[in-house]
Amino acid sequence: MGTKNSIECREVSYRLSSGDALVKDLSFEVASGETLILLGRSGSGKTTTLKLLNRLLEPTSGEIFIEGRAARDWEPVRLRRRMGYVIQDAGLFPHWTVERNVALVPRLEHWPEEKVRARVREMLELVGLPPQEFSARRPHELSGGQRQRVGVARALAADPPILLMDEPFGALDPVTRAELQREFRVLAARLGKTIVFVTHDVREALLLGSRIALLSAGRLVAIHTPEEFLLAEDIEVREFVASLGADPEARREQ
Amino acid sequence: MSWRDFLLRHQSEILARTVEHIGLVAAAMGIALAIGLPLGVMIVRRSILRRWVLGTANVVQTIPSLALFGFLIPVPWIGGIGDRTAIVALSLYALLPILTNTAAGIAGVDPAVLEAARGMGMTSRQQLWQVELPLATPVMLTGIRVATVISIGVATIAAAIGAGGLGVFIFRGVAMVDNRVILAGAIPAAVLAVLADLLLGVVQRKLTSR
Repeated sequence: MGTKNSIECREVSYRLSSGDALVKDLSFEVASGETLILLGRSGSGKTTTLKLLNRLLEPTSGEIFIEGRAARDWEPVRLRRRMGYVIQDAGLFPHWTVERNVALVPRLEHWPEEKVRARVREMLELVGLPPQEFSARRPHELSGGQRQRVGVARALAADPPILLMDEPFGALDPVTRAELQREFRVLAARLGKTIVFVTHDVREALLLGSRIALLSAGRLVAIHTPEEFLLAEDIEVREFVASLGADPEARREQ
Repeated sequence: MSWRDFLLRHQSEILARTVEHIGLVAAAMGIALAIGLPLGVMIVRRSILRRWVLGTANVVQTIPSLALFGFLIPVPWIGGIGDRTAIVALSLYALLPILTNTAAGIAGVDPAVLEAARGMGMTSRQQLWQVELPLATPVMLTGIRVATVISIGVATIAAAIGAGGLGVFIFRGVAMVDNRVILAGAIPAAVLAVLADLLLGVVQRKLTSR
């Protein structure tokens, strides 16, 4: 895949039928293998943007390219199976075991059963859940952190080149969140996936992002690397940096 | 004649009427399920259709059962005297709980689960069969359970239009002013309703506790 852009948005807008725009004239690129953070307050359009990428929503104007091909030329189901998707509440199927949940996309893609099983074991180990202990459990028998790990394993199972993550660690307690963030940073570097990661947590953005796109009221304010972000002059960026406040930990981790 | 002698004397007819009764209910439930389940799935995400279908089913439910049997007799093809009319009337009654519970069960599936299913690239058919229906099953079964119990009760009135069943004893007993004859129909009908409820409850628990 080389270094070409994995995702490209050109002046993308999404308007409701009432005329209100949730996303306005958004243009950005995500290079293959990088982690782009979409940072913003609630209502800034970050989740909408993510859903436009996997065609859960369709832009009302503008164009999106995925792996060099216009998103609207992709068959939505095919497109989504090439993009792992992790959401805040994990969205695991409560009536399925961990094993079946993780095997979802490989089975939809009709992988041979032996390969599916091997892949599930590999994925569970990757996210730190010993398969012999967790395969047969149901989602309600897991802690919040374990559920999110399963969510990540499920998203990665069919080895998609792109990973979309919508506040995946947002509902976790601070200690578990920090633990998953650290592990995820290592994982992301190792797997080389293109990742688009939505968060409202500036510390998380600084820790995980190779670049940070700040959204406000549906518009892109700026895109910075974490280093640039801390020094940037834009008022909205300064507000987010200021919210780090008396918490020097996040800066030091950079 | 003692109560015991009465039962012994009539046991073969009681048995035959019970079988007839079960037949009426089973046929009506079969029809109600065949219509109610797919229709319930169809109306979940179509709010206008849902209002019309559930509204109509609600109105049908409010018609007194004896009147509904009467109304159906002159209707061509489905009407007339006999079990066909009774089965149609019973299916109409069974339809509402099946429809509402199917729709409610599917509508009650966690939106995050559905979003994940769609976002992971499941087709709508896969979402329905692998996610929505299995998760809606306990609620749908509650509807089926209610519909069955209602049908067993209402089916006693089918005797009024010549469809047989345990209602035959009840109507005969009323005409003869003989409580024993009434009870010969009423008790087996009540036992049937309790048994059906228990049985479906077991099925429901089995499916839910998986």
